[in-house]
Amino acid sequence: MSTWRIARLIAAKDLRIELRSRVVTNQVLPFAALVMVMFAFALDNDNVLTRVAPGLVWLATMFSMLVLVQRSFAVESADGALDALQVAGVRPGGIFLGKSMALAAQLAVLEVVLLLAAIVLYQAEVAWSGAVLLVTTFLAATTGLAFVGTLYGGLAAGAKGRETLLPLLMLPVVAPVLIGATRATEAAFGTNGASSSEGWPWIGLLVLFAALFGTGGTLAFGSLIDE
Amino acid sequence: MPDLSPVSIARPTGTRFSRVLGIASLVGIAWLVVFGLFLSPNDATQKAGVRILYIHVPSAWLAYLAFIVTGVSSAAYLFKRTRSLTWDRIAGASAEVGVLFMGVTLVSGSLWGRISWGIFWTWDSRLTTTAFLFVTYIGYLAVRGLGGTHQQRARRSAIIALLATLEVPLVHFSVKWWRPLHQQESVAEGKLDGLMLFTLFVGIIAFTLLYVWLVLHRQRVLAMEDALDDQGLDVALAERRAEGAQV
Repeated sequence: MSTWRIARLIAAKDLRIELRSRVVTNQVLPFAALVMVMFAFALDNDNVLTRVAPGLVWLATMFSMLVLVQRSFAVESADGALDALQVAGVRPGGIFLGKSMALAAQLAVLEVVLLLAAIVLYQAEVAWSGAVLLVTTFLAATTGLAFVGTLYGGLAAGAKGRETLLPLLMLPVVAPVLIGATRATEAAFGTNGASSSEGWPWIGLLVLFAALFGTGGTLAFGSLIDE
Repeated sequence: MPDLSPVSIARPTGTRFSRVLGIASLVGIAWLVVFGLFLSPNDATQKAGVRILYIHVPSAWLAYLAFIVTGVSSAAYLFKRTRSLTWDRIAGASAEVGVLFMGVTLVSGSLWGRISWGIFWTWDSRLTTTAFLFVTYIGYLAVRGLGGTHQQRARRSAIIALLATLEVPLVHFSVKWWRPLHQQESVAEGKLDGLMLFTLFVGIIAFTLLYVWLVLHRQRVLAMEDALDDQGLDVALAERRAEGAQV
């Protein structure tokens, strides 16, 4: 079976589990919305909120992503499913790509909700001229985040006591995405008078990041989940 | 056949070479104290605050050296022809020493910054990258403690170390683009007179010797811990076999 077909099967399986269990819609999305409300409590000023809205969207994405990643691997380690896949001779690169695709799909839903929350709660304004940049930013950043989340989630999955390790490992790694995606989103929003042309160099960084961790993850995932 | 001799007292981690090295680094640090605190002059603008640099610059150099050594040893472990647990232990020992000295770098740097810039911290790319490196390698040390066989630990942590190495330039450049107008953070080399530069040089030599000494010993202690692990398993197996024989 080709790696690509394995990846699609794994992704379909993960998404089917999520559709049936509804953990994402019933728990993770409300959590993300809660984070956005809590930010408003902490910052307590409409002008500030509008100005920092792009950064808060991405920060809330990353916090919620921690929950998503843990969920993604809790499903695997519960019945030793990940070990079973490996014993069955399923290529780890395919597992990695498949789980990344499923995670990316869930992250995309999450980001759309957070973006809407920013528009409604923080009065962020999206101009049509920035729409292309905005969509590209979300695609590039989501891909990179999904790769990193799967890579470090796989490492932290399994043995007990590793859950606490995930934020420590993952958050420093995704820092360039937080910086790059926030600047690009600011450019798309026109926050602080930024023009959308300022956003495109950051897309380069996001794409480089996604390519790096996509390649690294496909090669290294087998060694990281090996028990 | 693994070496089953007791690892605690019979095989100390010191050798003649490491003892000479230890004495040399002690002498070097004594020199640094004499030059750094007494012989070198005050700076024209920073006054005695400049003396923090004699600790700060060598420890920053050492921390970066330590992480380069960790990266190279990790690559050496992953490369099949040089695969050996010794590389893994060197990588681990070097990362531990690196984290320690990166902590010293961050603390001494922010104290110096308070004196010469009036602020403890600035979001400059060099500072921010250093702080990220610090956190990333704390994570690396946590990954080393995850358990499993020695080979699993070695492969896992080597991969994490290499990913961290790839990550450093990304963080550096993203922060650099984020804050293009960063403060002048250079030590202003031109302003340091001969004796100051010499003191800095003494500091770098002394700290480098200390680093080699620490990593040598730590690496040997790690080897002993691994041997103890293996031996513990063998002892337990022998005990179970003995129990079986009695019945």
